[in-house]
Amino acid sequence: MRLSYPVHVRVIRVPCTGKVDLVHILRAFEKGADGVYLVGCMEGSCHYEQGNFRARKRVEQAQRLLEAVGTGGERVQMYNLTSGEAPKFAQYAREMSERILALGPNPAKLAAAAGQGQAAQGSGKKGVA
Amino acid sequence: MRQYPRFVDLAKCTACGECAKVCPIGLSNEYDAGLSLRRAAYKRYPQAIPGAYAISKLGQSPCKVACPAGISVQGYVNLIAAGRYREALAVIRQENPLPAVCGRVCTHPCEAACARGKLDEPIAIRDLKRFVAEWEIAQGEMDLPETKPPRPEKVAIIGSGPAGLAAAYYLALEGIGVTIFEALPVAGGMLRVGIPDYRLPPRILDYEIDYIKALGVEIRLDAGLGRDFTLASLQEEGYKAVIMALGAHHCLSLGVEGEQTAGVQPGVEFLRRAALGQAQAPGQRVVVVGGGNVALDSARTALRLGSEEVTILYRRTRAEMPAYEEETEEALEEGVKIEYLVAPKRFLSQNGRLLGVEVIRMELGAPDASGRARPQEIPGSEYVIEADGALAAIGQEPDLACLDQTCNLQVGPKHCLQVDPLTLQSSLPHVFAGGDAVLGPATVIQAVAQGKEAARSVVRLLDGADLAQGRQKDWQAVEAPQVKAKPQARRRPPQADPVERARSFGEVVGPLDEEAARAEASRCLACAGCAECMLCMQACLAEAIDHGQRPREQRLQVGSVILASGCRPFQPQFTGLDYRYGLNPNVVTSLEFERLLSPGGPTQGHLVRPSDHQEPKKIAWLQCVGSRDLNQCGNGYCSSVCCMYAIKQALVAKEHAHQDLDCAIFNMDLRTFGKDYERYFLRARDQEGVRFIKSRAHTLWDDPADGGVRIEYASSDGQAQEEAFDLVVLSVGLEVAPEAAELAERLGVELDRYRFAATEPLAPVATSRPGVLVCGSFQGPKDIPSSVTEASAAACAAAGQLAPARWSATRSLEVPPELEVAGQEPRVGVFVCKCGINIAGVVDVPEVTRYAATLPHVVHTDNGLFVCSQDVQEQMKQKIKEHRLNRVVVASCSPKTHEPIFMDTLRACGLNKYLFEMANIRNQDSWVHQGEPAKATDKAKDLVRMAVARAATLKALPEKTVGVNQRALVVGGGVAGLTAALGVAEQGFEVVLVEKEPQLGGFARRLTATIEGADINAHLDRLVERVSGHERIQVLTQTLVVKFSGFRGNFTTEVIVGPGMYERKINHGALILATGAGEYQPSEYLYGQDPRVLTQVELAQRLREKGAGDLRAVVMIQCVGSRNDECPNCSRICCQSAVKNALHLKEADPELQVYVLYRDIRTYGLMEDYYTQARQKGVLFFRFDLEQPPQVEAAPEGLRVSFLDHVLGRPISVRADLLALSAGMRPQDTDELSSIMKLARNQDGYLLEAHVKLRPVDMASEGVYVCGTAHGPKLVGESIAQAQAAAGRAATLLSQTELALSPVTSRVDPERCAACLVCVLSCPYGVPRINQEGVSEIDEALCRGCGICAAECPAKAIQLNWYEDDQILSQVEGLLEGVM
Repeated sequence: MRLSYPVHVRVIRVPCTGKVDLVHILRAFEKGADGVYLVGCMEGSCHYEQGNFRARKRVEQAQRLLEAVGTGGERVQMYNLTSGEAPKFAQYAREMSERILALGPNPAKLAAAAGQGQAAQGSGKKGVA
Repeated sequence: MRQYPRFVDLAKCTACGECAKVCPIGLSNEYDAGLSLRRAAYKRYPQAIPGAYAISKLGQSPCKVACPAGISVQGYVNLIAAGRYREALAVIRQENPLPAVCGRVCTHPCEAACARGKLDEPIAIRDLKRFVAEWEIAQGEMDLPETKPPRPEKVAIIGSGPAGLAAAYYLALEGIGVTIFEALPVAGGMLRVGIPDYRLPPRILDYEIDYIKALGVEIRLDAGLGRDFTLASLQEEGYKAVIMALGAHHCLSLGVEGEQTAGVQPGVEFLRRAALGQAQAPGQRVVVVGGGNVALDSARTALRLGSEEVTILYRRTRAEMPAYEEETEEALEEGVKIEYLVAPKRFLSQNGRLLGVEVIRMELGAPDASGRARPQEIPGSEYVIEADGALAAIGQEPDLACLDQTCNLQVGPKHCLQVDPLTLQSSLPHVFAGGDAVLGPATVIQAVAQGKEAARSVVRLLDGADLAQGRQKDWQAVEAPQVKAKPQARRRPPQADPVERARSFGEVVGPLDEEAARAEASRCLACAGCAECMLCMQACLAEAIDHGQRPREQRLQVGSVILASGCRPFQPQFTGLDYRYGLNPNVVTSLEFERLLSPGGPTQGHLVRPSDHQEPKKIAWLQCVGSRDLNQCGNGYCSSVCCMYAIKQALVAKEHAHQDLDCAIFNMDLRTFGKDYERYFLRARDQEGVRFIKSRAHTLWDDPADGGVRIEYASSDGQAQEEAFDLVVLSVGLEVAPEAAELAERLGVELDRYRFAATEPLAPVATSRPGVLVCGSFQGPKDIPSSVTEASAAACAAAGQLAPARWSATRSLEVPPELEVAGQEPRVGVFVCKCGINIAGVVDVPEVTRYAATLPHVVHTDNGLFVCSQDVQEQMKQKIKEHRLNRVVVASCSPKTHEPIFMDTLRACGLNKYLFEMANIRNQDSWVHQGEPAKATDKAKDLVRMAVARAATLKALPEKTVGVNQRALVVGGGVAGLTAALGVAEQGFEVVLVEKEPQLGGFARRLTATIEGADINAHLDRLVERVSGHERIQVLTQTLVVKFSGFRGNFTTEVIVGPGMYERKINHGALILATGAGEYQPSEYLYGQDPRVLTQVELAQRLREKGAGDLRAVVMIQCVGSRNDECPNCSRICCQSAVKNALHLKEADPELQVYVLYRDIRTYGLMEDYYTQARQKGVLFFRFDLEQPPQVEAAPEGLRVSFLDHVLGRPISVRADLLALSAGMRPQDTDELSSIMKLARNQDGYLLEAHVKLRPVDMASEGVYVCGTAHGPKLVGESIAQAQAAAGRAATLLSQTELALSPVTSRVDPERCAACLVCVLSCPYGVPRINQEGVSEIDEALCRGCGICAAECPAKAIQLNWYEDDQILSQVEGLLEGVM
């Protein structure tokens, strides 16, 4: 449908959101991502039966960890949709984008920039479909 | 077979959609049930397969066919409607270089043919052409077309009228040098000197001549043929061809006495002098003789030059006048007088001065050769009209005095040049002719058309090509469409005041303004679909569009035909009952409502009603529109699907609504008879608050206050009710489309009374013609699961007949052995696709390509217009070999559609296909960030960097294969199991059939006949005989399954075979479960206590054995053991059992009283006819509620059954000799079996299929299939269909000798495994197990590749191939490189 959505979303393909590891999410923040979100099947309609439930748990876990270290738990989110719902995909991208813009850059990135005396490079968040 | 053209080459189309973007034609979008518009160049919906676009073309529009020049009128009209004026003009100029001229003086045959004219008035096509031509003039800049590179040849054109100018234009486009020779001192021919300025202002003609001259055409004025040059001299000057466009400038004489008198002059000469500024008023009182345009033009010009009184003399009546109606009208307005039915006899003069003309009255006689009435003089009716000037305008012909001996051209009748009608070639091969010189005095547009065709002939001559080939037009004007467009008046251009304008040569008719023009253009009905404007051809960089495609006839040699032509939704506008459909926009069909709810629909899933786009608060569904209705529409059957879809729509609507939404479903019987459907209904009613109203609405009113609808109905107690709703959904049924029925008839297949394919009850997919099979709703109305089941059944039946031919027409692909890349340094090649302008129009592709070259491991980069095209794929293969690439990245579109293509390319080069990665810079970038090209380019670089980083980490993943044991095991020896066993065996595979009982036959042994009357036992006997005697089927009775292991293609089942109880191991590749179900043993209504209480099955047996002679009254109670708290689902078969037995009772004794106490009668599909029959025969049906069930008392004289009658509202008590309980079904033997074989079951204990709709006979475990009542309650015929389906599905597996296993599976590193069991517990399919070494092991044949275990494993001992942690992290790190 070619619905436009914010330009700073980058998609990484995985077979199932259940494949996404906590390490993958945390590594993104360590390397300076401002946000990460997972987009999976509707709950109850997972192609692999329960992968999206596991993904949601892992997102919640990541939220707790990021909250604890001061990065901010809200920077990780889980979304669900069916393959026919292109408008929802675009809507989620907008929602996430607005959320991250309101939160500002990843504090780790700011700290690193301050440490190196450089301006932080603008970077995107990434989504995982 | 006749295949209708798509006009798009499937092999070349990349589905980029550029054709749809430029297409000016908007058509009703069938996919959105007409609620939105689509282009004529279109893709039905985003996920359509094949993904290529198509063009809807019904034929040619009548306007185009009527236009002598064949202009795509519909094309430019619609472009004007869209405000795309530049393109509109270009479309006109494809066929006519004189839009401004023709926009004024064309005789517009297009308008006479216009389909809109049949509705109200034709489109004002000529005015629109003028509008758009003037738009360009007002812009002040000529939009010149591109011409081809110059050629050395030059061509001479004689005459600069419309034919000469058109010829010059089209030759110039080809790069050919053109010189026009014009005898007069001015250019334009008759346009200049024949048409007065008030109709065609000189500035307009000048503009169009300048436009043509701007292409390099030279016009030599004062150069007359025969006077200043000859054909021979032209040849000497090097002109390779000549086009004679001389026009018809010679005026015919009247042949009347006194014609030579001064003051009498030919009209054409008068007009010419006037145009050249050399004429004066021809007199004070002027007569003009003639009724054509020249006569009218002469008369009006005379007025403008100062003549006081001008009278036209015409010898016929106004109806026969050849002049254009509008010109006659305008002339009369200006004061010209016209005398009809008079002819001049002689001109009277004195001293050489004209005094007048003696005329004679005429009358109309018999028609002449031209079809017009021949005028005849009325003797003695002569009289004199005084005049001092006269103009004779009775016709012209070509002036061929210029032809000398060197011009040896053949001349035909009326002094016209004789040419080939198609090629316009004269008797001299290099000389062509067109326009009035060939046609005699004709129209501008005909002259243009001939000039253009002459030019095309000349090009062919110069190219040495055949002049005629392929030029015969096969155009077919479409019929005017049956549309209900609102009548809309045609827009009319302004006209100058008649008194004022008659005194000047200023233009009489003004232009349409922009608003009027666009509104007028919007009236076009686009009746032909595609307008052939050819804009799509220019837009399609892949050159996939081919408007030359024609229907193709093909002959296919096949052994079997499967009819799956389906149904169409009932069309409520054609019913006698007034549903307000089509009259009130807030009455929609269920299909339209479905689209309103769809995220991909016209409102993107926003629930709004059509009239005001407000969210409705109350919605009503009216069931049985076009079903169960013999009176209004003749469809007596039940459509089977509407109750369920109405409930679904109500639930989805409630989800979409932002406020409380009231949903009411008006129904006669609620028919949720499918597997687990009743639970769905209960959820809707009890949890979601959907209202179910037992009534058929009888009257609908528009609610003028808010556009809603008021529904009048009778409640179940007979009270009149009325309720208002914001939106009404008509639950339209299914019916056979006429074309589907006609197709079946052509195939010699019998149809039933409703035109569904006739089938026998126990052979559900076989038509009346052997070899022709049927499936889906064309067999009878049914839902998706049943249709999909029947589809597999039909495939099985066909494959059984064709088994010997299996694989005989298959070709296999040879690929080179795979190269070893392990341990090698990655050498990545990056190929960036432009996708025409889809990517390159937004993303800077050369920049991304340059950037890719700077990335680590990248040794080659390239970009292409369409990387997926055949030629680029070949180049890619060369580059892979040339640069010894061992990883490939393509930056283009979605791997969903294109990954397999590129993987094949890798494989063809000896590379493992998993050494490939795609960056989706189209769907995820250029398409969705069109407004931000710089950022999109940055994103494309990121995506390419991520892909390259991942590519470097990829490993070759060899695909393994496992052998398939080509034997099936069937568990259960009832009708389903027997049918399935036979289905598999007849396809050539071995079968082992196990049955726990000593005999085959199952529950069907107890059944007598189907409702249609087919003998079930006889069928069963034949089936048992065939199975028992089949060489490939081994039957094991008294056999129990005890152990089961393996995976698809390689199962092992252990059984105990009685009575000896010996153990046996069966190896098999597929498993079919057909364990059946039994009848519920009721505990209610005195069953088991009183011998007069039977089940329906027992009643049927009793009737067969003892008949009904001793019976006077029988009561039946429905839903015993179904639809209650203990067993909420419907048992599907019981209503038909009751109706069947009731009919048998009535047949035995019409006086016998039969009472059926029911909750909803669910005689779905074609069985509804039997329900109707039963009522006609006097069977009495009484509805009861679950809360108030009937009471049964036993008494010596009979059973007494009491119940509450809803309509009468009072209790009724009847005596019965027998009480038949419609006992539901209960699954059998699924308990133990499901634990042995790890099978999923639903809450009732029926086996659960992999996907309710799309995989109705597959179990979740691959290679395991289910059929018959083990899957859910169903009729014998339905069990047979499902059994055939299971056999068909099993055969797709068994027919392969080996299976390729996907290498994208999880594997365990035993060194790191702590045997913590996390993987064992987390795998949705139970694949990991702890092996003898005490570590986890994952069978790659069973693993589905989801990667859940890999993510869960705390020791990171599990990796999923192709998605290893390093590979995913490489993308994360690649993306965020340099951020910190």
